[in-house]
Amino acid sequence: MRRFFLTLLLPLVLGGCADSQSHTQSVVLLIDTSGTYTAELQKAQAIAKFLLGTLQPGDSLCVASIDTGSFSEKDIIHKVTFDGRPSVLNQQKRTFIEALDHFVGNTKSSPYTDITGGMLQAVEYLTETGSPRRTILIFSDLEEELAKGYVRDFPLDLNNCRVVALNVTKLRQDNIDPRKYKHRLEAWQSRIEKGGGSFRVINDLDRLERLLEN
Amino acid sequence: MNRIFEGMNPMTLLTLCALGMVLLYLGRAQVHRAIRQASRIFASALRLASRAVALAEQRLQTRNREVLLAEGASHVEKELEREFQRIEAVVQRDLQNYPALHRQMSGLLTRLDEDYQQSASSPPSPPGWVAAVTAVTKLPDPEGNLVGTILGEIKQEADRQHTSSMAAYRTQSQQRHKRLERMMPFWRRLQKTLSNAERNITGLQQRAQAIDVRMEQYETIRSDPERAARYLSSSAFAQFAISSLVMVIAVGGAFINFNLIALPMSEMVGGGSRIGPLQTSHVAALVIILVEVTMGLFLMETLRITRLFPVINQLDDKLRVRLAWFSFSILLTMAGIESALAFMRDQIAADSHALRQALTGAQATAITGANWIPMVGQMVLGFILPFALTFVAIPLESFIHSGRTMLGTATCGFLRFCATLLRIVGSFSLTSGKLLISLYDLLIFPLLWVETRVGQIRQTTGISTPVPAAGPDLEKPALPSKALLPTSRRRKKAEGDQ
Repeated sequence: MRRFFLTLLLPLVLGGCADSQSHTQSVVLLIDTSGTYTAELQKAQAIAKFLLGTLQPGDSLCVASIDTGSFSEKDIIHKVTFDGRPSVLNQQKRTFIEALDHFVGNTKSSPYTDITGGMLQAVEYLTETGSPRRTILIFSDLEEELAKGYVRDFPLDLNNCRVVALNVTKLRQDNIDPRKYKHRLEAWQSRIEKGGGSFRVINDLDRLERLLEN
Repeated sequence: MNRIFEGMNPMTLLTLCALGMVLLYLGRAQVHRAIRQASRIFASALRLASRAVALAEQRLQTRNREVLLAEGASHVEKELEREFQRIEAVVQRDLQNYPALHRQMSGLLTRLDEDYQQSASSPPSPPGWVAAVTAVTKLPDPEGNLVGTILGEIKQEADRQHTSSMAAYRTQSQQRHKRLERMMPFWRRLQKTLSNAERNITGLQQRAQAIDVRMEQYETIRSDPERAARYLSSSAFAQFAISSLVMVIAVGGAFINFNLIALPMSEMVGGGSRIGPLQTSHVAALVIILVEVTMGLFLMETLRITRLFPVINQLDDKLRVRLAWFSFSILLTMAGIESALAFMRDQIAADSHALRQALTGAQATAITGANWIPMVGQMVLGFILPFALTFVAIPLESFIHSGRTMLGTATCGFLRFCATLLRIVGSFSLTSGKLLISLYDLLIFPLLWVETRVGQIRQTTGISTPVPAAGPDLEKPALPSKALLPTSRRRKKAEGDQ
């Protein structure tokens, strides 16, 4: 009813100029596939499905993996900008589900974790979409391990991206010295905020509705 | 401020207070005058404003009454016009054809008369052979065979004649019955024609009575405007309440209609684009509904059920009918589109439901029973609602007409309230001025007390009190100067002085 009356009052509120981009959002979900984290892929799949159910026509979604070298298009599992027509939209979502199922069923554990590379790839994708609201969801323990020769120690340019770390599990050494866990999170927060983004952590996956909140 | 006084010596503070009090005492007359004048100016301004608002309210009330009476008269005129149109239609349809009707009835009566004449039974011929038999029996018959033979011949002839005459009689009777039977439809037709004529005459009498009532109302409006205004006002209130209720129901219908077509519209215009905070598909759905309502308005207008647009009412009849058909065609097309959209909505909703189940990992539940019923229901609703919304034009017309009266009455009430409020605030400002003067005096009451005591002492000792230069008698109005007095009073004053 509220929507109906809002629509009814529209001519009073607006001059009537179309604005197709101002309300869309883009989300990139980075899934850590290193080490034992492959066991957590079911959770990542659930998050991706939640995003598929939540995002609206015009929004963009990309799911990419974090492995030894993540700054690559090959690591993108699937990406889509949702169509405005409901029939096409539903078909796109079905295709996305299939791609996710295939990824979860066939992924092998990677020896290294290139989180920065994944983030760079995500920022590149988000910039291309042109959406005003950009979110990077990192499903990882945030422990970066780079292979020899990979250079990632430079400032990030996140360009107003919101970064949400999901399911940041505690490692064995974190249990021994919890300060390491805290320092790890603080280091990422500092790096992201210096790059112009915002950072927060959501470990309770039962409250996924908070994922895309401002 | 507290900080200023905090570090101050009490004696200094006391001295300052005393100094301040003296200053206030010295400026007492001027301050009193200023306060009094300010409060009077403010009160006068408010009183003037109140008067202006009251006048505006009166003017508006008069205007409202004029509009109400004009609308009432116009309404009665329209009803009279409609009654006359109906009478004209009856006269044109039935009474204009009265000569033909008369001829038809005369013809029917003539035919009935002829048939009646022909159906009359012919009396049987008297038995002539009886006298002949009597005469034959008196004949002399010595042999006794002649009479018997003659009688036998007569009998045979009589029997033959009887048989043939009976046959003829039966044939005639049959024909008479047939004629009588043929008369039945004529009788019925005649009876029906007479009934129709009677009904038309009765209808005309009723219309004439209705016209009498309307004429009486019209005369009341002209002769007793007060009573008519009261009656029309209460009628407008009732109309406003009823039309508002129906409009609310219509808005509910429009809301259901909107929900039926909003989702499938996204399939046509896309669900991603937005106009401001709203999806374009929602705006498109609303536009469709508004176009339907507009077409409904035009249809009602062209059918002369409502009279919101004088231009349409003034159109040529042929053009008006064409416009009515055009509006109806668009409405029908819209209804068809809505029905199709409702069908599409059902499909999209089912698909989205299946996808949601796939996303949540729930097992798809098989729908048992007739799942086509909601779909058909939606399609029928989609087809009917545009036509149902057409009838919004009738309460809308009532709402607009009665709303004018309601708005006028409400504005009058508001203006009256404003006038009263302004008068109250004006009085309050006068009282506030007096209160301020009293408070001012309260601040310097020691000096005033001293002044009073000195005055009393002077009175008791017989010393005349000079008029203070700075403070004339504050409560008495100052005497007007010569320049301000009118000429006649100045002359009288001069004579008195001499």
